[in-house]
Amino acid sequence: MNGSKGRPLAGAPAGRTGGSDAAGLGRRRAAGFVAPAMLLIVAFLLFPALWTVYLGLTDYQLTGFAAANPQVVGLENYDRALGDDRFSNSLVLTLQFVLGSAVLGQAVLGFAIAWLMRNRVGALRRTVEALVLLAWILPSSVITFLWIALLDRDGGTLNALLNTPGTAWLLEYPMASIIVFNIWKGAAFSMMLYAAALGNVPPSHLETARLAGAGTFQQLRDVVFPRIKGHVLTNLLLISLWTFNDFTPFLLTAGGPENRTEIMPVFIYRIALESGELGFGAAISVLMLLINLVIALVYMRLLRQRKDASA
Amino acid sequence: MTVFTRRAVAMTGAAAAVSLTLTACGSGGGSGSDTDSLVISANAIAGGKNEQEAKWIEEWVIPNFVDQKKEQDDVDVSVSFDASGVDDEQYKTKLALDLQGGSGPDIMTLDGIWIGEFAQAGYIKPLTEVVTQADFWEGWDQIPEAVQKLGSFENERYGIPAGTDGRVLYYNKDLFEQAGLDREWQPAGWDELVEAAEALGGIDGVTPVQLNAGTAMGEATTMQGFLPLLAGAGEHIWDKGKWRGESDAVTETLGLYEKIFADGLGDPLLQQEAQGRDKSFEQFADGRIGILLEGDYFWRSVVHPELGIAPMEDRDEVVGYAKIPAIEPGKGIHGQDFASMSGGSARVVNPETDNPELAFELLTFMNSDEALKALLEGEARITARTDTNADVLKDDPMLTFVADEVLPITAYRPGLAEYTRVSTLLQEATASVVSGSSAEDVAASYREKLEGVVGGAGNISN
Amino acid sequence: MTPPPDHAAVPSASDAAPVAVATAPAGPPPSDTEHRRREAQRAAGREGARRTVAQIGFYTFVSLVLAFFSLPLLWLAVAPFDANPGLSASLPEFTLQNFQVLWDNPYAMRSLGNSVILAGGTGLLVVTFAALAAYALSRVRLPGRDMLLYVLLLLSSIVTGTAAMVPLFNLATELRLIDSQLGVILVLSGGLLPSAIFILKDFMDGTPRSYEESARVFGASPFQIMRDIVVPVVRPGLATIGVWSVAQVWGNFLIPFLLLRSPDQYPAAVVMYTFYTEGGQANLALISTFSLLYSVPVILMFLFVSSRYGFRFHGGIKR
Repeated sequence: MNGSKGRPLAGAPAGRTGGSDAAGLGRRRAAGFVAPAMLLIVAFLLFPALWTVYLGLTDYQLTGFAAANPQVVGLENYDRALGDDRFSNSLVLTLQFVLGSAVLGQAVLGFAIAWLMRNRVGALRRTVEALVLLAWILPSSVITFLWIALLDRDGGTLNALLNTPGTAWLLEYPMASIIVFNIWKGAAFSMMLYAAALGNVPPSHLETARLAGAGTFQQLRDVVFPRIKGHVLTNLLLISLWTFNDFTPFLLTAGGPENRTEIMPVFIYRIALESGELGFGAAISVLMLLINLVIALVYMRLLRQRKDASA
Repeated sequence: MTVFTRRAVAMTGAAAAVSLTLTACGSGGGSGSDTDSLVISANAIAGGKNEQEAKWIEEWVIPNFVDQKKEQDDVDVSVSFDASGVDDEQYKTKLALDLQGGSGPDIMTLDGIWIGEFAQAGYIKPLTEVVTQADFWEGWDQIPEAVQKLGSFENERYGIPAGTDGRVLYYNKDLFEQAGLDREWQPAGWDELVEAAEALGGIDGVTPVQLNAGTAMGEATTMQGFLPLLAGAGEHIWDKGKWRGESDAVTETLGLYEKIFADGLGDPLLQQEAQGRDKSFEQFADGRIGILLEGDYFWRSVVHPELGIAPMEDRDEVVGYAKIPAIEPGKGIHGQDFASMSGGSARVVNPETDNPELAFELLTFMNSDEALKALLEGEARITARTDTNADVLKDDPMLTFVADEVLPITAYRPGLAEYTRVSTLLQEATASVVSGSSAEDVAASYREKLEGVVGGAGNISN
Repeated sequence: MTPPPDHAAVPSASDAAPVAVATAPAGPPPSDTEHRRREAQRAAGREGARRTVAQIGFYTFVSLVLAFFSLPLLWLAVAPFDANPGLSASLPEFTLQNFQVLWDNPYAMRSLGNSVILAGGTGLLVVTFAALAAYALSRVRLPGRDMLLYVLLLLSSIVTGTAAMVPLFNLATELRLIDSQLGVILVLSGGLLPSAIFILKDFMDGTPRSYEESARVFGASPFQIMRDIVVPVVRPGLATIGVWSVAQVWGNFLIPFLLLRSPDQYPAAVVMYTFYTEGGQANLALISTFSLLYSVPVILMFLFVSSRYGFRFHGGIKR
């Protein structure tokens, strides 16, 4: 993973971020600080994850003959997944979902709110932020019911509002529906993160740029972006990974109609839980991990190049 | 799978270390560690799903069984109930996880179609292997052979059927009258079904037929749609060790879907909605659906004037029911004029239980005539026992109709691990027909996919 | 396009402008109003028109955002009080009957308490462990640190998915953590920690070290430094991570469902799914009411945290 080496380069000066051991921890004590978290992570994350990787090499099923005698089948599951239309369908849908709802939706909307609210105080800002955050912290089973009620074909609030009676949004525009839903659900994180980032851009710099005749777009590109690049990376990386692994749309559309919203976590759920094919499901999880890895590397590479180009 | 567990845990020192520190804190769950305690599990919970069953277990079965053991044998036993109230798939997963780890409840309720796959996995064993007295229970004589299949796999009894049901065509008599049809109706073939639907099509705002289709309806598509019709076309989906492929009956069944949805006699969108089945109930209760294929559950719990979730005050006057006709008289399975499908669950003893004899005693206790009547609390509902049915159904003409007319012609699904996946393929096939593909094309592509699911063309007939 | 004149100063500026440490919600940055007023007078006409357009645009946008985010919430405010709720947010026939039914339900109210235990326990564990780890990783360069964080972050996606349920379940069985709330807390914490450490480390990186150095000169131990100096500075970050973990646990269904046995221990996320009938139909009256009850604790927590600490990433995520 050479991409990780790009981290100190891409943002703040390395000297500050690096090992300036101000509190005099020392390596041994630092290891002690890290140990409790690591113990939990090794036991309940690393170990099950490796086990899952192993399961992906078997034909293990939850019931039936293969449950009693699981066989190691090598890469057969991977072979099957890569040749499976449902897998490629699911991959394409997931990429659409991540691109539409996280990269474009949440990040842009979150930034827009943060940018427009940056100099505001008082009730308006508090109300906007509270509503956006509410969508983020309410339990997913609750918000899916809210959206089912909103988008319902017969008595839905949206149809009443737009005067489009009988429009079955979740069936006629399933992908668009879950994208908008996920923007609604997740914009808060980007908003908070960018609000904090914008707080680090000195207002005087923006003023100067404005006086020099720069429009909003130019200000954003030339003054703001170079300063919040690191935040953009962190934000895009986290929201992309979270969205990639988000199972919530299942509660809205159950992957349908006709698998048109069967994004990867839903696909895995159906394979593992509804069909009980845990070996196959585990293999797809590993493939999903590899795709996540590629996404992470692409982000880091992009930001590094931009840094090199502007330097 | 226990092999996996041990080996894997041994590999990880850290996990073992955590284990040592946590053993003290963990409130060791498990079951049957004490000699005289039993755990019952069912997907039922007070205040929620299947509340009646949950309350019966907690308030009737447990105290009465404990008392009986005390009085008859002077033995102290303790019985507890692990309630759940979730999707059946999730409940099944939880049970399977427990059983593969060698634990689990002593008595559990399984859907009849899980028996085969659980047996193949070795999670459950034929009753005679678990309990020596298994064949000598008096109740077996009261459960018809056909119904015993619900708790059996490959001609071995694994559990005692807990209850069964049957599927019929419901119709709205008022709408029939409005469409110029007779209020009393029993179609003799699919033609007459379509004719009635076409007449109903003349009424504004009414969907003539609701025939479940598509994947959003899940198993409801297969059980209250495809399979009873297929049986009416003369075939079981699994017969003589092979799955049906692109047979005439499969194509004809899909053809009926095509007829209904291509001619606007059904509502294609409703089949795709996640809440589609609930909505079909609401619409039927509102008088917006003419004909609906459903189980007796619909009568008892959906349109029931007081207890229903979509209650119809005038249910007894307005809701009619008819047997599902074969494609033509005499063309159904076994040369029948009519067909149906049944489901239900069975209670099974965990082969790993520490007290197999006691567990079986409790199991038979739960399936006694007295216990079943206590469960129903006077409500009419079809049980597995003929003696009980004779008493509890006598005041409900509809359920008597099912017990007398439908159960003798009914069929059950194959309890095999592949069934769930075959069922999904059937759901997908109906979905394709609903969205406009022709029955022939869909039958061909269904057959193709079937090969991948059941392990090759060798397991498929025609 | 030439960069603005002060472009070269960018990297060092972030050094010079330390992270905001105020715990109240951020006020407006100190803008030199006088300068602005003079500037405004100079370009009065054109600027004024542009500003009006900008104002209209601003309020249009804000109204849309408000509508977008509040619209779905309507149902939650209406349906619980409706005697016969459907999926439409219509005028209800007012009733409190639904609350009474839930109050009498043997598991509903208790499940909220269980959720508090699970979410609170996990939140506490995640915040504490992640803060310790993030601080150490921020201040001391351990070998392979960055790579480790990324690998763990990626792996957490496997374990939070469905496919890992057999390993997690069998692990919990072997560790005798079945039917134990502690087991649920530990399993969930394991999945949340990487993201929490990742975000908190960025916070820690962004805090100034000068105080820590002086405290060290006065002989404070690293643990004291952490407790008395670092924690107060990153408190908004800790609060944010705490709220985030609680929200994650609050909505989690699968892990508590698979690991817990006795319904007395079920959290609200599991009990929510019990309000279905035999045939799988949602009981909308109970579900909407329970949704409201289920949401109240997280809303209260959010209001508390946001009034106390300012619910935001103060100054960071920095890198």
